[in-house]
Amino acid sequence: MLSAESLKKIDYELTKYPADQKQSAVMSALAIAQDEKGWLTTETMDFVAEYLDMPSIAVYEVATFYTMYNLQPIGKYKITVCTNLPCALSGANEAVAHFREKLGIGFNETTTDGKFTLKEGECMGACGDAPVLLVNNKRMCSFMSNDKIDQLLEDLSK
Amino acid sequence: MINFEIDGKPVSVPKNGTVMDGANQLGIYIPHFCYHKKLSIAANCRMCLVQVEKAPKPLPACATPAMEGMKVFTHSGQAVTAQKGVMEFLLINHPLDCPICDQGGECQLQDLAVGYGASSSRYTEAKRVVANKNLGPLISTDMTRCIHCTRCVRFGQEIAGIMELGMVGRGEHSEILAFVGKTVDSELSGNVIDLCPVGALVSKPFRYSARTWELSRRKSISPHCGLGSNLIVQIKQNRVMRVLPRENEEINECWLSDKDRFSYEGLNSEERLTKPMIKQGGVWQECDWQTALEFVANGLKDVKEKYGAESIGALGSAHSTLEELYLLQKLVRGLGSESVDHRVRQSDFRADSQMQGAPWLGMPIAEISQLKSLLVIGSTLRKDHPLLAHRIRQAVKHGAELNVINPIDDDLLTKVRNRAIVAPDKMISMLAEVLKAIAELKGVEIPDDAKNALSTVSASDTARAMAISLSDNKPAAIFIGNLAQHHPRYTDICKLAQHIAQISDIRFGVLGEAANSVGAYIAGAVPFDNRFGNRNADIAGDRHGGQGANASQMLGMDDAASGTGCKAYILLNLEPELDCYNTQRAVRTLAAADLVVMMSAYKSHAAIQDNYADVLLPIAPFTETSGTFISTEGRVQGFNGVVAPLGETRPAWKVLRVLGNILQLDGFDYETSEQVRADVLPAGNDVSAWLNSSLGSLAVNPIEAGKENKGSVGLQRIGEVPIYQADLIVRRAESLQRTRDAAAPLAWMPGSLMAQLGLQTEEVIRLKQGEGEVQLPVAQDDKLPANCIRVASAHPSTAALGGMFDQITVEKS
Ligand code: SF4
Ligand code: FES
Ligand code: FES
Repeated sequence: MLSAESLKKIDYELTKYPADQKQSAVMSALAIAQDEKGWLTTETMDFVAEYLDMPSIAVYEVATFYTMYNLQPIGKYKITVCTNLPCALSGANEAVAHFREKLGIGFNETTTDGKFTLKEGECMGACGDAPVLLVNNKRMCSFMSNDKIDQLLEDLSK
Repeated sequence: MINFEIDGKPVSVPKNGTVMDGANQLGIYIPHFCYHKKLSIAANCRMCLVQVEKAPKPLPACATPAMEGMKVFTHSGQAVTAQKGVMEFLLINHPLDCPICDQGGECQLQDLAVGYGASSSRYTEAKRVVANKNLGPLISTDMTRCIHCTRCVRFGQEIAGIMELGMVGRGEHSEILAFVGKTVDSELSGNVIDLCPVGALVSKPFRYSARTWELSRRKSISPHCGLGSNLIVQIKQNRVMRVLPRENEEINECWLSDKDRFSYEGLNSEERLTKPMIKQGGVWQECDWQTALEFVANGLKDVKEKYGAESIGALGSAHSTLEELYLLQKLVRGLGSESVDHRVRQSDFRADSQMQGAPWLGMPIAEISQLKSLLVIGSTLRKDHPLLAHRIRQAVKHGAELNVINPIDDDLLTKVRNRAIVAPDKMISMLAEVLKAIAELKGVEIPDDAKNALSTVSASDTARAMAISLSDNKPAAIFIGNLAQHHPRYTDICKLAQHIAQISDIRFGVLGEAANSVGAYIAGAVPFDNRFGNRNADIAGDRHGGQGANASQMLGMDDAASGTGCKAYILLNLEPELDCYNTQRAVRTLAAADLVVMMSAYKSHAAIQDNYADVLLPIAPFTETSGTFISTEGRVQGFNGVVAPLGETRPAWKVLRVLGNILQLDGFDYETSEQVRADVLPAGNDVSAWLNSSLGSLAVNPIEAGKENKGSVGLQRIGEVPIYQADLIVRRAESLQRTRDAAAPLAWMPGSLMAQLGLQTEEVIRLKQGEGEVQLPVAQDDKLPANCIRVASAHPSTAALGGMFDQITVEKS
């Protein structure tokens, strides 16, 4: 179900917790699974549940609670723009408008070439750098003026 | 103890106690939804906010630890404002569909809204709607009504032992559901209906059939497993509409198994027999009681004259009441026969002459939760005793070690410390090993009656681990489950287990299969004199001191008795084609008899089609008669009929009384069932003198000898009784029959055996025992011991097979 490499990573996470509390590793296990598969299918969540010895529904609870887990197929790059108040005051809405125009998609949509998905995010704890966005949950980009957005999209399109 | 004050009244709670605990003690009501005394504290509904002196904000009573000198106000301005505020929030999204909601009238939200809600809502925006879920045939959902208290989720995690429901999403988008495509299949699932404080989870079978305030509540006792759960039966217009738990902390707490809760559907089944029927010239005809009873009396007299009294036999199920079973045996003994029995699924009667009393649990049910170690032998525990399994899970949660010796390895939803999953015939040697280990551990001699048998046994590591677990952790107990009771070497299993219990000085118990398993012994529904030297009142004329035929002999079920049998039978509450150890032989033996009288609440298909019965007498199920059950812990519980008997149905004790009168037998002048009970229990409800599982000084048979060889030659059948096939009522409970647990039997076998026989999953094979064969699809279960095939009994599709634990052969078809 998951590659040997991913399983190795999960096993490493498991070493951080007592042997009878494997479910403590559920968040990292889901993140690792998502890194490999792009998004979390029912089967993947079932697999993680079995691997960690926990009920599938409990995995599902976690996966649906946190917005960074993708429960639907997404584009190659998921761009999550923070639209909370500090960012909004400092140009987040303009940034979003620029994305919409450049990519031709709105929130929760994916470009037809399967490259980009646009998401609305909550405060990322970097309000001073507003507007901020995340690429694929892991890379944070600050002070996203229209120019910087153009630059980013160009880099990612390569 | 922590001393504090609620509403000016002093109270003290143990350390770690909460404000809610104190309020409960004082009888002060604090409104709440998510708090439940049997579940962990979630504190997510906030309805229980109270004012606490010096605290700047109101605090949730359910989650606020009591502190020395604390002053709590539950009805102060601040508290009430907070509670009203919470209520307003809860009602924002709650639909106003009370007029069509089944919970209406018994809804906590409705009740509290009267006290704390405003008369109209300030909220004008759209309400949120949540899609309903399919949770299976028992629970119906209206998820828009859910207030996210998570009681149902915690019930799964903490009580049922399996988390089937969860809360997904977050904030306004959170909702309760089962994992994609799954249903709720726990055998305790119905309890979430009671737990849900609103109408989000309601009973599917009961849905839209009555309003709660139209129902009258009557007390009753469950007729199913040996636990003796206390019930509230709710009726409307002389019909049982639903069943709820009646709280009894010592028995079922506030829970019920799904079997107890939903089996009532069987009471209203189309198959109910409402008029006596006689077969004349091969044709079944309805008739009046007079004709039927005279037919029976004449038939019995004829048989007695022609073949002698010994050729009359009676078999009653242990789901019958004490009074019924008592009169049944009195009738047969009055006619001069000792052949009466209730142990139709038992196959080993070697201990009959040595029994010292009625086998019982050996301890109060409530004490199971306090055990520190236990050994369960041969049991489909969760399915046979759902609430005992729950008690054991609680014990394990508090540190008890569970050891299991079983031919199957079903998930017990709890930690098992040591397990020995062995073929049925190997259970004896496994137990012998544990006995050996414990004797070595304690440095005592093996008891004389087991010495021979054990001479060649040496203890394995598992056996030693079990011995250590049982001797190091007190209190501990050994329980004999249903599979072991049906085992062809039940006596040896019991003897060995008793020795283990004795040497390690722990409790020994037999888990009562049916509601009245203990009562049946006390009523005398056994073919031997069971006064056990204890009975203080001598009951004139009903004992002969002799030995009659046991169930197996009467029905020609064991090899020695095959082909023999009685000439006349009275069957009480039984469907022999499903309820016996060897259904194939039982039906054949009955068919050869001159007279078979069936006293039953149902028009059993098989009785009519297989043509073994001659008379059907409609008798009342437990809801239509008064009676008594004695539970597996020896608790005597009487109950009254809750509705009038259906059609011309009569309570069985009355039928037997009239029959006794027609036959001019002495001592059948009872006016009430209480008089019958007074005859059985002259000293009242204390039956402790009868409770004794000991088998005297009977010797254990050589470990590898005896009946087990019959099985070990080829493949052994493991024939358990499926949960919803165990008795006549539950078999006809439609909704339960649609659950996963009621799925048709398959031929389960380990992969190794499938490979050896060249079989594929789902391939239909022919299974043969004796002269019978059935066709079933193969299913794989690698946890089964080698050379074993698990084929459920008590099901129409396997009724043609033979003994539940005998040899079985497989052919490709
Ligand atoms: S379904 Fe009922 S019990 Fe479950 S969370 Fe909702 S309101 Fe509570
Ligand atoms: S509001 Fe955008 S990072 Fe805090
Ligand atoms: S009952 Fe206390 S928060 Fe729900």
